[in-house]
Amino acid sequence: MSVLALDLARIQFGFTISFHIVFPAITIGMASYLAVLEGLWLKTKQAHYLELYRYWSRIFALTFGMGVVSGLVMAYQFGTNWSGFSNYAGSVTGPLLAYEVLTAFFLEAGFLGVMLFGWNKVGPGLHFVSTLMVAVGTLISATWILASNSWMHTPQGVALVDGRLIPVDWWQIVFNPSFPYRLMHMVVAAYLATALLVVAVGAWHLLRGTATKAVRTMFSMGMWMALLVAPVQAVIGDFHGLNTLEYQPAKIAAIEGHWENKPGEATPLILFGWPDMAAEKTHFALEIPHLGSLVLRHSWDAPIPALKEFAPEDRPNATIVFWSFRIMVGLGMLMILLGVVSAWLRWRGRLYDTKPFLRFALCMGPAGVLAILAGWYTTEIGRQPWVVYGMLRTADAVTPHSAAEVGLTLVLFVVVYLLVFGAGVAYLLRLMRVAPQPDETPASTPDLEEDHVFTLAPEFSADKPGSTEGGR
Amino acid sequence: MEANLPLIWAGIILFGIMMYIIMDGFDLGIGILYPFFSDRHDRDVMMNTVAPVWDGNETWLVLGGAGLLAAFPQAYSIILSALYLPLIFMLMALIFRGVAFEFRFKARDHERHFWDKAFIGGSMTATFFQGVTLGAYIRGIPAVNGVYTGGALDWLTPFSLFTGVGLLATYALLGSTWLVMKTSGDLQATCYRLSRVLGLVLLAIIAIISLWTPFIDSRIAARWFGPDMWTLLPIPLLVLFCFYQLQRALARKAEVWPFVFTLGLVFLGYVGLGISVWPNIVPPDISIQAASAPPQSQGFALVGAVVIIPIILIYTAWGYYVFRGKVHAGEGYH
Repeated sequence: MSVLALDLARIQFGFTISFHIVFPAITIGMASYLAVLEGLWLKTKQAHYLELYRYWSRIFALTFGMGVVSGLVMAYQFGTNWSGFSNYAGSVTGPLLAYEVLTAFFLEAGFLGVMLFGWNKVGPGLHFVSTLMVAVGTLISATWILASNSWMHTPQGVALVDGRLIPVDWWQIVFNPSFPYRLMHMVVAAYLATALLVVAVGAWHLLRGTATKAVRTMFSMGMWMALLVAPVQAVIGDFHGLNTLEYQPAKIAAIEGHWENKPGEATPLILFGWPDMAAEKTHFALEIPHLGSLVLRHSWDAPIPALKEFAPEDRPNATIVFWSFRIMVGLGMLMILLGVVSAWLRWRGRLYDTKPFLRFALCMGPAGVLAILAGWYTTEIGRQPWVVYGMLRTADAVTPHSAAEVGLTLVLFVVVYLLVFGAGVAYLLRLMRVAPQPDETPASTPDLEEDHVFTLAPEFSADKPGSTEGGR
Repeated sequence: MEANLPLIWAGIILFGIMMYIIMDGFDLGIGILYPFFSDRHDRDVMMNTVAPVWDGNETWLVLGGAGLLAAFPQAYSIILSALYLPLIFMLMALIFRGVAFEFRFKARDHERHFWDKAFIGGSMTATFFQGVTLGAYIRGIPAVNGVYTGGALDWLTPFSLFTGVGLLATYALLGSTWLVMKTSGDLQATCYRLSRVLGLVLLAIIAIISLWTPFIDSRIAARWFGPDMWTLLPIPLLVLFCFYQLQRALARKAEVWPFVFTLGLVFLGYVGLGISVWPNIVPPDISIQAASAPPQSQGFALVGAVVIIPIILIYTAWGYYVFRGKVHAGEGYH
């Protein structure tokens, strides 16, 4: 196994999972949002809730489809590219994945058909149950996969026998020390990311002067979410960080770009800088004295672990995690700001017509997704050089393919993903560019979106032939 | 009594893979048959017969992978590293056809042909490489101490290419008899004609594979033509029976029976291959017992499987029941 092949395999995994993680995160948030909308519609019978349900269920369907196909790749990649890991830890992570498939994937897929296509086939009560089942399925799925992932960060409840792990206590494995924090942090992140998307779409239509009841409702609902949940997320994140400090101190040292402790000296907080792995120092550091000790130790001068306390081969790449962490936190602060400003504008009665604020909300549309990616890079790259923390190194987990093989498949993955998911995102944006339509009936025609798209985009209307038969 | 966990898990995984072959088989088959239908509305109808169920069908493939990892991690890591390239090609092809379900209806008229092609190419490529994977698996995967010892292209053999083509015909027949059941008019009439030809092709393929496999491994020959020969004889006889009934059902324009007898054929072919490979999980040498995860893993996962799989079957059946009957043009949520 050459170093090149290992790097290529890591890039491949990072690339495929970065694409994948975005789709389930949105489906987790969106499924719950759809369940709320349908519940409100059943309760109040107000048409705009149904309007919103139909509108977002199309976007949901597209996202879900992309999540399914990109997720299938993940389920097999553990074996194709990381057979050392599967062989070593498969008897622990395998059953967790099997439970995810059994309790979540089938539930989602089984009820998704009725949710999307079943409006004329089942009654409203049963339809609502289907939506709920899909929403519950996404949450169950998150629970299992994060149990598995958290166990890889904070492994326990296993014994090493003949070079393979044997599960000893499943309770300990599932409820490992970082699991509750990671699960909460991720699910709340999914909700926030979805709320920001909804808010951005609402802002877009408000900016274009389409202030229908449905548009105002989605904007308002999303803003409540940002106001109430973004600060909560910051608190959960803080707890998660303290948990990491306890179990993965090297990760925290890397995130802080903190290289060494001098006796009796408090740890400063480095706001910005450039951690240099070779020189073993952080260049251009802009420091606030004592703040690192205060934030992480809740003490005036207790030091935090420093990178030089770990052997060079056991250190994660501080340059990357230092910055990915700051991107995540920065975006989180902007989300809190967005929520707070929205509350003030709501109180002044100007929520729907303050243009600079609407533009801000529009720009924040992708912020949740970006924060999720940045957070994942922080926690996963911060776990390096381990796959199973302290037990199995990444270099020992990889399948010994040649660099040519892994390189070939990596190129294919990049081309296919950019093409397919690029088109998918284009279709998502196309759906979002159209405002929700009040006249939609359950049996809407296949051409509906196209007609509405072109009312907003006259420059493209030349593309639209009057009546063309497909299959050319 | 001590339960034989490896045996039970082998049964569950075999059941899951069979469900996958049957269920994703007919929806992949629809993609394979797309080139025979050029009318856009026909294509809409064909796709809508499976749109509400396809991702449930594909979930059985995920269960196959996850179940194998959970119960036989060693087999999972050997098989998946040995069949690296064909599996990756299959997964990529499944991406194209999976997104085509949504993208095709979201595309503008002048873009739609691209997603039609993605659906056709994706379905065919995925099926072909599944067949190649199957063939390579039957031929055997060399491993020492739980690590694959063959080369990157060992899977590429005349036999595996043939099983790739064979699976294309299998899924196409599943798809065409499914459409006989779910559609009407000209579309259905075409499917009747296609099914008759595909039935013949499948019979020929089953015959060739049955005669070819004994030459691959003397143990397979010994199994079929040794002392158990008379016990196993009903299998080829039942194949002939199903084939005959399939052609009769097609001739009298029955709507459901052609699909049922096709299921019978596929099931028998699957059982036949299983008998050839049994009791190995990584042919030719690693047995189910040898590749097993520790009982703590198999037992823990088994509780879930035993409780939940019946529930899955119930709500899956309910989903099919909700969408029973013929599909007509203009239906669907899009």
